[in-house]
Amino acid sequence: MTAHLPILQIIIPLMAAPLCVVLRNRDIAWGITLLVSLISFAISLMILDQVLTQGVLSYFMGGWPAPWGIEFRIDVVNAYILLIVSAIGAIVSIYGRHSITREIPREQTTLFYTAFLLCLTGLLGMTATGDAFNLFVFLEVSSLSTYALISLGKDRRALTASYQYLIMGTLGATFYVIGLGLLYQMTGTLNIVDLHDKLSNMDGSIRTLQAALAFLTVGLSLKLALFPLHLWLPNAYTYAPSTITAFLAATATKVAVYVMLRVFFTIFGVDIFEETGLAPVIMGLAIVGMFVASTVAVFQNNLKRMLAYSSVAQIGYIMLGISFLNVTGVSAGIVHLLNHAVMKCACFLAMGCIMYRVGSVRMENLHGIAKKMPLTMAAFVIGGLSLIGVPLTVGFISKWQLILAAMQADMMPIAFLILLSSLIAVVYVWRFIEVAYFKAPADGDTSVKEAPLSMLIPLWVMALASIYFGIDTDMTLGVAELAAEMLVGGAP
Amino acid sequence: MEYNEILNPGLYNYWVVIFLMMVGFYIVIARGNLVKKLVGLNIFQTSVFVLYISIGKVTGGTAPIFGEGISVFSNPLPHVLILTAIVVGIATTALGLALVIRIRESYGSIEEEEIHAQEEDF
Repeated sequence: MTAHLPILQIIIPLMAAPLCVVLRNRDIAWGITLLVSLISFAISLMILDQVLTQGVLSYFMGGWPAPWGIEFRIDVVNAYILLIVSAIGAIVSIYGRHSITREIPREQTTLFYTAFLLCLTGLLGMTATGDAFNLFVFLEVSSLSTYALISLGKDRRALTASYQYLIMGTLGATFYVIGLGLLYQMTGTLNIVDLHDKLSNMDGSIRTLQAALAFLTVGLSLKLALFPLHLWLPNAYTYAPSTITAFLAATATKVAVYVMLRVFFTIFGVDIFEETGLAPVIMGLAIVGMFVASTVAVFQNNLKRMLAYSSVAQIGYIMLGISFLNVTGVSAGIVHLLNHAVMKCACFLAMGCIMYRVGSVRMENLHGIAKKMPLTMAAFVIGGLSLIGVPLTVGFISKWQLILAAMQADMMPIAFLILLSSLIAVVYVWRFIEVAYFKAPADGDTSVKEAPLSMLIPLWVMALASIYFGIDTDMTLGVAELAAEMLVGGAP
Repeated sequence: MEYNEILNPGLYNYWVVIFLMMVGFYIVIARGNLVKKLVGLNIFQTSVFVLYISIGKVTGGTAPIFGEGISVFSNPLPHVLILTAIVVGIATTALGLALVIRIRESYGSIEEEEIHAQEEDF
């Protein structure tokens, strides 16, 4: 049984999805979703344990050995991402029950859970697979269900947001396939490890290789919303149902970053990647993204939109870490990937609680909300402090690590820029805190009270996690360093 | 690259690929009609199908089916891969068109400009 864990992780949600459609009962569908996401979480814990004790897990689909068959290959990097995705999936499905009942029409609820399970399948599959084309298939499974999930938002603008994402997401995925086709043309293989072996003998100046790297980078940058290819993200996050915003913000872009890591470091390897001179480009875009997106976030009155722009900025931090190409930088990128998933999930879950009680997340409707929903707001404040990077929260750990990486690479100005962009985060987080704590409530409306317990508990789990991992970094930073050493190959 | 190399008739399908790719991409960017955008997206994806099928061709090879006296086959793998990609493309188009219908229902238009104008009024 334990030998089949890598495939069970993906098969269980995949099989549960049609079950939800057949049974057509929203309570049963929620029960199935919860059970499946908890099982996935348990499996990913077991996988991480196996990987840490036994090393790389390799699972051959149907017994066909790699490079011919499809291989699921799990090392420290993806075991770590699997854990994030399934943990967020479990948290969100506990949280979702009330929020979804409120935000989704009754007749669509079972279909909603189906799409959610398919999305989970796709994201876990992208992470687990060791076959680059199989990765594309899982990418489309998760993307198609994501478009459907976003379009279920209450506001009619959810439809246009979803359409826009569909166009840009498909362009991105097709670019990925083009890049992959060029690599296949040169090597005759699609297995990631095999690709690396065949490409490592090639010279970085081969034009097909450069074109492939360019296509893959642009395609994945669209998917992970690297500035300036982030245009689909703010609308998609703003108008999607609250539960889905929290889920996507914490997982979808993170998995895309993981795929980017695989392409850069496992398929191409640091050397070819360096020869083609892509790292400075990504570094530049990441830094511009950090500033532009944070600045735009300051001027938003819709809180979900503000947090969405903040996500674009945070992706800038992750990509900045990766573009240093040294172990400290890449581990900073990976650790921020987890940390950002935790804190952004907490922030968006708090938005969901407010949406549930108030029915709006616009600043002007939320004067004095902290008096009515003290627990929700307290959790949001913790998430907000993490976004800024205050010590004792996870945000501090990643920024500290990033600054160390900048100093190691002898780029002091960049360390300064990281600090400067954090100050902008103070501004936008403070704007909402001021409205929530220091403005008098508009009227004597007493109908708004604290969110139900089944929403508050997941919210507080994420909020406390963002403090816990800010103090005890053994698990997060330790694993991230291990993963970074493996990816960069121990080079300083 | 030499001038002769560019005009090499063996590269003819790659020129078709590039042409289709650019046409599709241009339609996606330049057209404001939501259905036309999806048509452009389809042309863009089709160009990739042609690219993969070109990669699979082996000079002098026949269809990849066993038979008497045949020893050279075209590579069947790209065909199989692209079969998957075609299915994905159909799913995307179907979902896109479904969204267009819903957009038309709630905005009464499928022209990007008119939709934007309505959103700004909101």
